[in-house]
Amino acid sequence: MAAMTLTEKILARHAGKASVRPGDNIWIDVDILMTHDVCGPGTIGVFKQHFGADAKVWDRDKVVIIPDHYIFTADAMANRNVDILRAFAKEQALPHFYDVGTERYKGVCHIALPEEGHTRPGEVLLGTDSHTCTAGAFGEFATGIGNTDAGFVLGTGKLWVKVPPTMRFVFHGELPPYLMAKDLILAVIGDIGCDGATYRAMEFDGDAVYALNIEERMTLCNMVIEAGGKNGVIAPDQLTLDYVNTRNRSGKPYQVERSDADARWIFEKVYDVSKLQPVVAKPHSPDNRAYVSEVKGTKLDRAYLGSCTGGKLTDFRAAARLLYGRSVKIDTFVVPATSEIAKGLKTEKINGKTLEEVFLAAGAKIGEPSCAACLGGPSDTFGRLNAPMSCISTTNRNFPGRMGHKQAEVYLASPLTVAASALTGNITDPRDAMQ
Amino acid sequence: MTATKRILGNAYVLGDNVDTDQIIPAQYLTLNPAIPEEYRQFGKYALSSVPPAMSGLPKGHIPFHTQDEFISDYKILVAGKNFGCGSSREHAPIALDAAGIEAVIAEFYARIFFRNAVNGGYLIPFECKQRLCDIVCTGDELELDIAGAVLLNRTTGETYELQPLGDVAPILEAGGLFPYARQVGMLKS
Repeated sequence: MAAMTLTEKILARHAGKASVRPGDNIWIDVDILMTHDVCGPGTIGVFKQHFGADAKVWDRDKVVIIPDHYIFTADAMANRNVDILRAFAKEQALPHFYDVGTERYKGVCHIALPEEGHTRPGEVLLGTDSHTCTAGAFGEFATGIGNTDAGFVLGTGKLWVKVPPTMRFVFHGELPPYLMAKDLILAVIGDIGCDGATYRAMEFDGDAVYALNIEERMTLCNMVIEAGGKNGVIAPDQLTLDYVNTRNRSGKPYQVERSDADARWIFEKVYDVSKLQPVVAKPHSPDNRAYVSEVKGTKLDRAYLGSCTGGKLTDFRAAARLLYGRSVKIDTFVVPATSEIAKGLKTEKINGKTLEEVFLAAGAKIGEPSCAACLGGPSDTFGRLNAPMSCISTTNRNFPGRMGHKQAEVYLASPLTVAASALTGNITDPRDAMQ
Repeated sequence: MTATKRILGNAYVLGDNVDTDQIIPAQYLTLNPAIPEEYRQFGKYALSSVPPAMSGLPKGHIPFHTQDEFISDYKILVAGKNFGCGSSREHAPIALDAAGIEAVIAEFYARIFFRNAVNGGYLIPFECKQRLCDIVCTGDELELDIAGAVLLNRTTGETYELQPLGDVAPILEAGGLFPYARQVGMLKS
């Protein structure tokens, strides 16, 4: 049998085929479909329109609904959309609905999915959100789709996909303490461009990838879409399996896949992480990469730590290390991705102080777990850029208007670089703050 | 879409990497496209975050909406590389459809936008062989031969071959994923 990549193997198995090749159009079986408050109402509309008002979803155990985008807002339309999800979850008796205002409320879907045991190696996860690719960190095929595709999956459990060729990125060496996964992925996006992986899978490998914890691996996979990637993937190791097995409450079996040694790569690039430097993405594109040393001193109005890519406990631990015992010079917003991470801010300690105490003592503001200002949202959204200001952010996109105001300038950077910059009010190299 | 269909309309020209936040800013995603009146509203906000200098090239600063606040006078978008990058929001092709756009001609598309445009049957996403966003001017009168994959610029008299629609032609011809799936027996009709 022809050698295959991890992505090709998962797709072949889910199409009931012995092998597939890049470019093949195939129908695959879906293991998990996820939707949220922004795309859920449209998806439900498509489902009802085509399958009927009384139709039932194909498998209620495989549907996961996680409201996360516009939650802590007075916007009546936004709240109406959560009501639509609630009514649908009730009507379909969906067991995996993480409702707002309940104990089950989670926050950002891409972090909630693994926390609640919905990510497993070798599976196919589709979600109505482009950052669904985050779950590739668990060795599965995970990608974003629209409402029509999701409505189709809700009724059939199937979808057509075109098999992508795979690009391979190998990271070797020891990661210096001033670098994080965000620096690695921003370096990759800067190298290949925001269309460099269009219609392609991106597989990450190498000792430096396996030295990263699970949250950092999620950061790596989260931003493949910023290079146009269809999915990002990291083959599971023991760390992955330990995480998954702890969370996989249903005990659902899964099949680990790995790329064959002689698999075909359409592109390959090797990095020595010990030689990389802290980077930012300048306005208004994630591929507009600059070394922090090149933009050092750029004046900022705001710092933002949050989102599926920069609002995890690892991100906050890193930022808190620099903010400990110091004061921020600009408005600094901290938004935990999920309720579990929000709890972690109250329990994780540095030198006897919780992360929450460190942030508050430094003068930062802490918001409720959700997507918050990462994508702007309604005007009362926590941290939203409502004026043409300059912001450094751990989020994943800096398109015009992305965080609110159309003339706002957003710099994307690692939590270390954002924290270092919050302390000075201008773009600062984390190495300077570590001294 | 039928095999003989032609689209006649004026061009609105954009540059590279027009992302979905520019096509439909996130603050309007509270509208539910499953409700017809809200679907119509998307037309009003289509392309509303494109920076003014990049709106209506080559000159720029040309408003997308002129007479009607919901429906644009332009029917065909001409753009550069990576059109529709970013979010998976299907509200992006929906907003263009609601604004009266029938086809986009770009160098190439971001994957999810392309899928959404095709599977939702909102508009026809053609890819060009030349960089037409540097050749066609906003306001040019275009005639798009869908079956032949040929674009005639009636203003200049020039003709351009486009990339054939290929694998997705049957889905576009059927009118989207659902009618296509019925045709091929994936769904009961």
